[in-house]
Amino acid sequence: MATRGFTGRRPPEATRERLPPGQYLEQDFPVLQIGPNPRIDMDRWSFTLREGSRPLKSWNWEEFSALPRTAWRGDIHCVTKWSKFDTGWEGVSVDDILAAAGISAPTEYLLAEGYDDYITNVPVADLTGPKAMVATHYEGKPIEPDHGGPARLLVPHLYFWKSAKWVKGLRFTKKDEGGFWELRGYHMYGDPWREQRFTGD
Amino acid sequence: MIDPVARPLPWQTATLLAIKPVTRRVKSYRFRIAFDRPILAGQHVDVRLTAPDGYQAQRSYSIASAPGADGTIELMIEGLPDGEVSGFFDSVAEIGDTIELRGPIGGSFVWRPEDGGPLLLVGGGSGVVPLLAMLRHRAAAAPQVPALLLYSVRNASEIIAAEELAVRARDEAHFDLMLTLTRAGGRRVDGAMIGEALDRLGAPRHVYICGGNAFVGQAADLLLDAGIEPGLIRTERFGG
Repeated sequence: MATRGFTGRRPPEATRERLPPGQYLEQDFPVLQIGPNPRIDMDRWSFTLREGSRPLKSWNWEEFSALPRTAWRGDIHCVTKWSKFDTGWEGVSVDDILAAAGISAPTEYLLAEGYDDYITNVPVADLTGPKAMVATHYEGKPIEPDHGGPARLLVPHLYFWKSAKWVKGLRFTKKDEGGFWELRGYHMYGDPWREQRFTGD
Repeated sequence: MIDPVARPLPWQTATLLAIKPVTRRVKSYRFRIAFDRPILAGQHVDVRLTAPDGYQAQRSYSIASAPGADGTIELMIEGLPDGEVSGFFDSVAEIGDTIELRGPIGGSFVWRPEDGGPLLLVGGGSGVVPLLAMLRHRAAAAPQVPALLLYSVRNASEIIAAEELAVRARDEAHFDLMLTLTRAGGRRVDGAMIGEALDRLGAPRHVYICGGNAFVGQAADLLLDAGIEPGLIRTERFGG
């Protein structure tokens, strides 16, 4: 259905090819979150792998910072319609986290958990490979609190609500359990290229 | 609070029923639209415009109207000079036009009458729109719930729903309004202002903050400094 009188402002073709459907290119870095930035005491920061409620392995900040480093540069896509190109991140890949824990993933699904009690579900296969990292640096600098620092999950091939800010751990689950937004009408998987914004998309 | 919505969210055709100026840059747009699920105060809709060649643009806008059963919603849209979609609304849209939208969307920045209060609402600029929906809903469905709106705008000409808010503050026994103008020797929201809001309202059970990114970040920090539990605070932001 064409909208009367709407012509739109098409981005250049090179931009359009990189934009998933319904997205627009943003130069700034918008901030989306459900509440205040959590106040995190770095002396007590930890990152923990759990299976259900059972801890499998935990690192403090110093230990986590000593894990092998990974860098990634590319495009990110937020379900609120903005995309940002060529973003540069560094951190520890989920593959390296599992290797450092000396385990393979015990289940096929997990929930990423944030210090703000936010949770979001991601299939393990979308984190390994290595498709995802726990990022600590953005464009060469420690990630600012507004963008999820000191550490956030980065799963760039899914809508950015999956990249939990202020991440404190990954909890393996037997089933694919919905997280905060997934229980509020948002898509369980969230592939921007298939425009999976909401349930049923 | 959790209300899983397992049904698909279809695009629907909405008819534009009325356009009214709100401020110099913001207009009110009332649409006829029947959703297949109830609206919660604070939710938004996605709007999709389509060019003749199929090119589409989508944006999200907060619902300003209280949840109701009359089959209409009100959006308030600020006409931004470079806005691909807001510019269409500002200079092209006419009564009788049809556009596609879907919703209602969002289950975090929402208030239901049974959530109760006291309710502290902190809005910056056009961030007041979802808070207005909450105030309208509260007045109709739970007028005994104490509520205070702390509303920061650059200057008086940019106050959204200025007359409505003044009338509510005058006529509604449990609604209190604190307005601050930030330009021309005005004052930004600061710790003392948050302290006064908390004194006037009492300890809030729910806090909703909406506005530009810097505004929301600062207001949230001031509320944490004032001892408000982070879990009580819900935020919604726009802009980079």
